[in-house]
Amino acid sequence: MKVLRALAVAMLMIVAAASLFPQLITGASYARQFRELPDSPPSRQHWLGTDDLGRDRLSRLLYGTRVSLLLAPAAALLATLLAALIGGIAGFEGGRTEKVVMGATDLFLSLPWLFLLITVRAAMPLNVSPGASVMITFALLGCLGWAGAARVICSAARSVAGADFILLARASGDGGFRLLWRHVLPNLRPIVLAQFWLSVPAFILTEANLGVLGLGVSEPLPSWGSLLKDLGTFDGISASVWQFAPLLLFVLVVSSFHLVLTSEELPA
Amino acid sequence: MKTRLAFFILLTAFSMRSAMAQAGGELRFCLHSEPKTFNPLMAEDDSSEAIRYLTGGVLVRLNRQTQQLEPELATAWKISDQGKTITFHLRSNLHFSDGTAFTADDVAYTVKQLMDPALHSPVGDEFRAGTGAVQTRVIKKDQVSITFPAPISGMDKLFDQVAILSAQSPKKEMAVLGPYYVADNKAGAYLLLKRNPNYWKHDAAGRQLPYVETVHIDIQQNRDIEMLRLTRGEIDFINSIDPEYYDKVSSTNAAMANDAGVSLDSEQMWFNQVPGSPLSSYKKAWFTSTNFRRAISESINRADLSRIAFRGHARPAVGPISPGNKFWFNSSLQPHPFDQKSALQRLSQDGFRFNDGVLRDRDGHAVEFSIITNAGNKYRERMATMIQQDLSGIGIKVNVVTLDFPSLIERITRTFDYEACILGLMNNDLDPNSQMNVWLSSSDNHQWNPSQKTPATAWEAEIDKIMHAQASSLDLKTRKQLIDRLQEIAWQQEPFIYLVNKNALSAVSPSLRNAHPVVLNPQVYWNIDQLSLGSEIARNR
Repeated sequence: MKVLRALAVAMLMIVAAASLFPQLITGASYARQFRELPDSPPSRQHWLGTDDLGRDRLSRLLYGTRVSLLLAPAAALLATLLAALIGGIAGFEGGRTEKVVMGATDLFLSLPWLFLLITVRAAMPLNVSPGASVMITFALLGCLGWAGAARVICSAARSVAGADFILLARASGDGGFRLLWRHVLPNLRPIVLAQFWLSVPAFILTEANLGVLGLGVSEPLPSWGSLLKDLGTFDGISASVWQFAPLLLFVLVVSSFHLVLTSEELPA
Repeated sequence: MKTRLAFFILLTAFSMRSAMAQAGGELRFCLHSEPKTFNPLMAEDDSSEAIRYLTGGVLVRLNRQTQQLEPELATAWKISDQGKTITFHLRSNLHFSDGTAFTADDVAYTVKQLMDPALHSPVGDEFRAGTGAVQTRVIKKDQVSITFPAPISGMDKLFDQVAILSAQSPKKEMAVLGPYYVADNKAGAYLLLKRNPNYWKHDAAGRQLPYVETVHIDIQQNRDIEMLRLTRGEIDFINSIDPEYYDKVSSTNAAMANDAGVSLDSEQMWFNQVPGSPLSSYKKAWFTSTNFRRAISESINRADLSRIAFRGHARPAVGPISPGNKFWFNSSLQPHPFDQKSALQRLSQDGFRFNDGVLRDRDGHAVEFSIITNAGNKYRERMATMIQQDLSGIGIKVNVVTLDFPSLIERITRTFDYEACILGLMNNDLDPNSQMNVWLSSSDNHQWNPSQKTPATAWEAEIDKIMHAQASSLDLKTRKQLIDRLQEIAWQQEPFIYLVNKNALSAVSPSLRNAHPVVLNPQVYWNIDQLSLGSEIARNR
């Protein structure tokens, strides 16, 4: 298991390094259309060939990876913080507070969030740069993706709040924020971390789904969603296997996240 | 003698083989949804229209190949009374599929149904001109005249869509005069059409048409499965395919792929010119400037759009009438050339300046706008991305935004909260009168500035006059001149920046005989009664 985890971490580090410094690997811009070379196979100039508009596939893959790998964890962090705050307080306080907060969380969970996301996305201002659009997309993901994790954290917080050492701390005079900060939250850490690691691939997948629907990151900025969308209209699969590179990378990264997560869960 | 006998036997065998190829069998193809109605007067969706075409008998038929009107149930017709009245002379001794006789009463009954306000037939909408009732007079058993309250331009062509119903048959709309009748319908699964035993047409050899015994239509939404079934030989054609599927078919079996040339459909971009839209005033000034629109048009490489976005199966567009519309297209016009120098000159006339790779207006605003299009349409998304790069060449920053269709419609028809939009126009009608609702300034579909109380510009006022004049004119030459002028104005002013006209692509199995795909819908089965199957296919089905 340790070997697998080490491999997963190494994999994530290599992918992160390649996506942070894509110019070391390819000199081509992700946006430039080589219109004389649409859909071209791998060549010395374009290692993974070009897409249907003649853009360098490798460059788009690396920049797309950067977008997805930087922003999915950011969105996961936002969602996990919201979940920890809402779920932690509800579980710690218990009683009516927990009922009300969890009722609201259930209501939030019952919303068709994909449609909600599409609706909110459609209501956004139109004149935003591709960079801003990607931030908006992931911020929306973060703001809408906390509810499931909040339920899990609430449940854990409830059991921690009823533990003997909390009773002892209360008897020693601890209470309120100090009790929450010094005794409850440290004991919730493994759960919160697990929720974070679980959220990262979930948000990558969600952005990919939005991208497949054409509602993710706007052109010409690439993301895994827009890269995977190209496979939806794939013809002649056997003739151009290099087009699977985004899918392969996507599977590797998501699997790596899950392997890292497994080891995080062990101490808990 | 022996040689002569051998030749005779060979000739006989060949004739028999040819005859076998012409007779019987089951033609198979797919529709993408089930028909919503079998009432031909209520057909609105593609599938219902397909069934109407296959089963309905019409007074006149537009030949999809020659684009000329031909007699069908009517042997002759005459328009009189300044375009208000049409008189048909009907074929005699014809019968519906159930054996009921066809007479002028059936035409009168059909027109009554067609114009019945309670039924509100979408086919009848085309005939609604002026106020007042439609008068139908049965002159003889084989002669009928119909008088509308106001003149209707191109009235005779509209009857191509009107399948005649039986006034007497207990089977109502299921009794038909077309080549096939609906024999079985398994909702959501398939339709089975059988040869109409009373169909009136015969081939040159005197054989009754149609050649094919039955038509099996599967309802199949998934285009990949449809394509797979074609390549496996389970269906005989796909009526319309997109460029990517065309290339796929072409690479596996080139004989199947058919590009009939440029269709009537167009893809266009327009700027929001609605005075009350929530756009800033300087952007409104850009978008209402003819120089600005012309400059944008000249900065778009339409040849690249056709070659890359549509894989070569499209043609740079000229204007509202496609070159595929042989009669109405103004052939003196050419697509706007890709000329960014000329574009910058035009912009400079309006005070725009191009410095350090950024275009700014006379007040210093950097030129930036968004283009919206519907999410999921890869061709429009590709075009928008290519236009984004093209316009960056003259310092314009374009933000491409794809929206789900309801949100897009909301923006372009209600809130007007958008700057530019790319959409397409599906055009099934040759007569430009069908574009009346787009070109009249008072119309809701006058997309760049709809529902105007009075025309906002002189050229829109001129277009209004042209559209009204052509609608009330009976002289084809005069109408053609007016429509030519409309195209000139549209070319000069570019309220719509026409991008490309798509080609009409289809896939047809080599076993299907007499198939000559055309640009008009239905592309493949427009001559359904002439189609036949290869002898082996016919025998096996």
